[in-house]
Amino acid sequence: MPPRTAALGGRLPERLVRHLITPLLRAAAPLTSPLTPDDYLGLLDPLLDARHPAGRVTALRAETDDATTLLIRPGRGWAGHRAGQYLPVGAQLDGSWHWRTYSLTSPPERRDGLLTITVKAVPGGRVSPYLAHRVRPGTVLRLGPAQGEFTLPPAPRPRMLMITAGSGLTPVMGLLRTLLDRGDACGHPDVVLLHSAPDAAASIFRTELRLARERLAWLRYHEHHTRATGRRLAPGDFERLCPDWRERETWACGPASLLDAIEEHWGRAGLTDRLHVERFRLTPLAPAAATAVGGPVRFTRSGVETTTDGSEPLLEAGERAGVAMPYGCRRGICFGCLAPLTYGRIRDLRTGDIHDEPGRLLQTCVTAAVGPTALDL
Amino acid sequence: MVTTTPTAPQLSPSRIEDLGKELDELRAEITAARGHEDARYIRTVIATQRGLEIGGRLALAVSILPPAWLAGTAMLTTAKILENMELGHNILHGQWDWLGDPAIHSTTWEWDAIGPVDAWKHSHNLLHHTWTNVLGRDRDFGYTVSRLSPDQRWYPFHLLQPVYNALGIPFFDFGVAVYDMEPDGVITGRKSPRDFLRDAAALTRKATRQLAKDYVFFPLLAGPSALPCLLGNLTANTARNIWTHTVIFCGHFPDGVRTFTEEEVADETRGQWYLRQIQGSANIEGSPLFHVLSGNLSHQIEHHVFPDLPSNRYAQIAPRVRDLCERHGIPYVTGPLTRQYASMWARILRHALPNRA
Repeated sequence: MPPRTAALGGRLPERLVRHLITPLLRAAAPLTSPLTPDDYLGLLDPLLDARHPAGRVTALRAETDDATTLLIRPGRGWAGHRAGQYLPVGAQLDGSWHWRTYSLTSPPERRDGLLTITVKAVPGGRVSPYLAHRVRPGTVLRLGPAQGEFTLPPAPRPRMLMITAGSGLTPVMGLLRTLLDRGDACGHPDVVLLHSAPDAAASIFRTELRLARERLAWLRYHEHHTRATGRRLAPGDFERLCPDWRERETWACGPASLLDAIEEHWGRAGLTDRLHVERFRLTPLAPAAATAVGGPVRFTRSGVETTTDGSEPLLEAGERAGVAMPYGCRRGICFGCLAPLTYGRIRDLRTGDIHDEPGRLLQTCVTAAVGPTALDL
Repeated sequence: MVTTTPTAPQLSPSRIEDLGKELDELRAEITAARGHEDARYIRTVIATQRGLEIGGRLALAVSILPPAWLAGTAMLTTAKILENMELGHNILHGQWDWLGDPAIHSTTWEWDAIGPVDAWKHSHNLLHHTWTNVLGRDRDFGYTVSRLSPDQRWYPFHLLQPVYNALGIPFFDFGVAVYDMEPDGVITGRKSPRDFLRDAAALTRKATRQLAKDYVFFPLLAGPSALPCLLGNLTANTARNIWTHTVIFCGHFPDGVRTFTEEEVADETRGQWYLRQIQGSANIEGSPLFHVLSGNLSHQIEHHVFPDLPSNRYAQIAPRVRDLCERHGIPYVTGPLTRQYASMWARILRHALPNRA
C-alpha cells in the first residue's frame, strides 16, 4: 500500500498530493487573488484549508473522571511535530474561537496519522471542560503550529529521568511513546519515570504505563500518591527512588512549586545543563478580583518594562516607556493599535471584559493591565 | 435656498452625556449578545459570496452562449458587491475580530479591490471614522476633489465637479485606490514623497494581480469565450463600482447631514463624538436584501455610532437609535435610495458654484 499522508485527511496517496494536487493549487492561486485556493477548498471541508490548519476529532477516550484523550485527524495544513512539543488548539464556543495549548501525547510517526492530546477539565474554565466532557467526534478544531523545546535530543541519551506531576505527564508521554515506538534494534535508553498524582484513580495513563513497566526491562515507573502519603514529591524522593539521578538527563513538567524545587536541586549539583523543564504558564495569573488592577507590563520585543495603574491604556503605558507602539484613533474605533498579548490578563476599559488568552490581539488604546502582563511588541 | 448645514440641536452638556451613556449601554448589550447566530451569519455570507463567484466564473467560461453570459455576469457582480461591502468593509473594520478566527480578521483580510488594504484602513477607519465630517480633517468629505458644503472654500475647478464626479463613477475603485495614497498630502507636505512611492509600489503590485485575474487569466482560460468573458468581468467590476459609489455617497452627502469645524470638535467628549456621528451620517431605507448588498451601510448612522459592531446587528439597533434621537430632538436623516441619491447629486451641483453673497 502506498504511504498515506495527513494531507487531505489521509484519503489520498502522498505522491498524488505532492506531484499533482499541490502544483495545481499553486497554479490556480492567481485566479483566486486576493484569496487563495485554500479559502475555497475550506468551504468543502475545513481540513482541506492549509492556510488555517484544522483537525477533526475522530474518537474520545476517558482517562480519569476529569481528563479525556482526544484523537484528532489533522488536515492539509498540518506541518508535523516533535515529541514533547505542545499544540495550540482552537475550539469554537458560541461562535468564537478560543485558543489553549495542550501537550501532544502522540509520537510524530504514529501509523494512523492521528494526533492525541489529553485535556484535564479545569474547574471554572471555559475551554477545557468543553474539550474534556462535551466535545463530540466529528468536531473540527483549529490547530496552531506545534511549539516548544521540551523535546528529545537528536543523539539518544543512554539514561533518562522523567519527573512529572498531574497533567505535567502529558508532554513526557509524547516522549515516552516515541521511545516505545523505536524498534529494539537501536537500543533503548534506560528510563525512570517518577509521576505524582492525588491517587491512583486520578493518575492519567496509569494502565498503559503499568503494562509497559511489566513488559519492558528498560522502563521503571513509580507513582507517588499525594493523598496516601500526605505530601508532594520532593527532592528527597528523587534521591531515594533514583539514586543515580546525577548521571541521567532529566525532563521535568508539573506545577511551578515542583519545578522550582527541581531547578534549585539540580542547580546546586551544577547539573542545570542536563535538566529540561516545561512550564505550562510563564507567570502565575493575577487574581480576577476587580480590586486587582494595574501591574508591571513587559514589551517582549523591545525588552522594556514599565508599571501601570489599572486605568492607563497599554498604548499610553508603552509610549511613556519609549516603545514604538502602533497607534490610530486612540479611542477604540479604528483597530490601528492591535498588538498580540504574550501573557497576563487585561481589561477592556469600555466593557470591563477580562481577557487572558496568549496571542489574542488587543486594542491597546482601550485596554489596561490587570496584574503582570506582556505584549509582543 | 435649502440649507445644507442644519444648525446643531441645542442640547445641554449633561443631556449629551446621557445620550452617550445610553449608546454605551446599547453597545454593551449587543456585545454581550454576540454569539453563535452572528458567527453563522458571516460564514453564510462568505460561503454564498464564494459560491456565487465560482458560479459566475464557470458560467463566463462558456459565455459565448448569451444566457451563460447573463447568468455569469449577474452572479459575479453580486459576488463582487458582497465581497466589497458586507464582507471586506465590515471585516476590515474589526466587526468580526471577536470571532477569534484568523481567517475572518481585520489584520489578515484582503479584498477584491484595486488598492491595498492597509492604505484604505488608514484613510477610512482612522481618518474618516475618527474625524467624520470635520472639514479639513475628514478627507472623505468630498474626497478632496468635490465641494459639498458652503463652508468649504470654492475654487474654479469645482465648476467641473458634476462632470468629473459622473465620469469617475465607473472607475470608483481606481479613484479610491489613488485617494487612499493621499497624493494631496504630498503636495501639502503631510506625507513624504518616499512614503508616497512606497504606497504607489504596493498599489501597483495589488492592482496588477487584480487586473490580470479579471482581464487576462480568466479570459484566456475561457478559450472561445475569451471576449465575452472579459466583457462580463468588465461589466461586473463596473456595476460593482456604480453600486458602491451610490451607497457610499448616499451615506454622508444627502441634505440634512451636518459638517463640523475643528474648533467645534476640540476637546470633544464621548457623548459629543456620538452626537457628531449621528448628525454626520444618513441612512437609506430598503428591504433586507438591499441592506445586505449595501454592506448594511444603508444603516450608516448606526455604523458610524458603532463601527465595530457586526453589521448584521445594525437593523436591530436602528429603531432604538432612531427612538433615542427623537427623544433628544436630534435629526435622524433617512430616506429611500432614490431620494437620497437625488439629494446627493443636488448637493454636488449646488456647490459647484460659489456661495451667493
